[in-house]
Amino acid sequence: MITDKLPTLAQEMCSIHLNGQSTRFKKGSSISDVITAQELQGRRIAVEVNGEIIPKSLHDAHQLKANDRVEIVTAVGGG
Amino acid sequence: MTVFSSTPSNSTNTLSARTDAPFVIAGKTYTSRLLVGTGKYASIELTSEAIRASGAQIVTLAIQRTASKAPEGQALLDCFPESEFTLLPNTAGCYTAEDAVRVARLGRELLDGHPLLKLEVLGDQKTLFPDVIQTLKAAKILVDEGFQIMVYTSDDPIVARQLCDLGCVAIMPLAAPIGSGLGIQNRYNIEFIMESVDVPVIVDAGVGTASDAVLAMELGIDAILMNTALAEAQDPVRMAVAMKHGVIAGRQAYLAGRMPRRRYASASSPIPEFI
Repeated sequence: MITDKLPTLAQEMCSIHLNGQSTRFKKGSSISDVITAQELQGRRIAVEVNGEIIPKSLHDAHQLKANDRVEIVTAVGGG
Repeated sequence: MTVFSSTPSNSTNTLSARTDAPFVIAGKTYTSRLLVGTGKYASIELTSEAIRASGAQIVTLAIQRTASKAPEGQALLDCFPESEFTLLPNTAGCYTAEDAVRVARLGRELLDGHPLLKLEVLGDQKTLFPDVIQTLKAAKILVDEGFQIMVYTSDDPIVARQLCDLGCVAIMPLAAPIGSGLGIQNRYNIEFIMESVDVPVIVDAGVGTASDAVLAMELGIDAILMNTALAEAQDPVRMAVAMKHGVIAGRQAYLAGRMPRRRYASASSPIPEFI
């Protein structure tokens, strides 16, 4: 089983830079997929891909590409 | 007789009936002239308790990368719902206009189009003094994008006037470095700024204890924004109460107008002509 799957998995994965860290995701993952994988679904966040803000309404539709720089931000204590 | 009739039991009501100009930021009226930050507290519970004790209606927050799977941001926003507080996202930690504009846009997206912003562009890590050139540059861009900007700035009245001319909705000069607690070190500059601009002037940074808040408000500024003075007090909740009253006391004293200073005594009791 494992040997059957490994080549396929490797083929289907790609790296993105998530909050500055290289992270592997399935090719074709949407922003919503990444949010879910980070257990941030339902939380108030904002997402930027390659310096451009992607509005919440487009998180489902926006597919990430290899080497995309993705920033997910939230509110923290500050003065 | 007149002395006694002017001290009824409802003196508090009499005082509040003596009207103050409303404190308005970007078209919204606030009853509290104390704005507070949400940083540096030991816990979210203490943040909540202290800020509620302060009576503040405007609370600042910072925009940061999510720590993976950490719920802090959610906890903070749950703690200070927009139904109860006006949220004031800031651009803390930005040293260029470009970074500040980026963080401002992220904050607006995070808060679903919220236009109110505390703009700060810092120039130096040691002093956290603002870089006013970068601040002016960022303010121009953000005003054009529809942001309502409350701007942290130096105590320079010329820069304050320029920020006001750009369309900032409040000018927020420091009274001493951020987090220093040194009190009001530049009262004449603060007064110059009040004369230079026609939007609210809010002292942002420098207040250390309640007497500093009173002194600042006695100058006639519109409000004070503080964070460290509460968060680093031994008892933040009690200091929040002290600051609430300090701000009210200073404002009332400003409105009342102080007595003249004299070099020599002036008796309070009538001087009898003979005994």
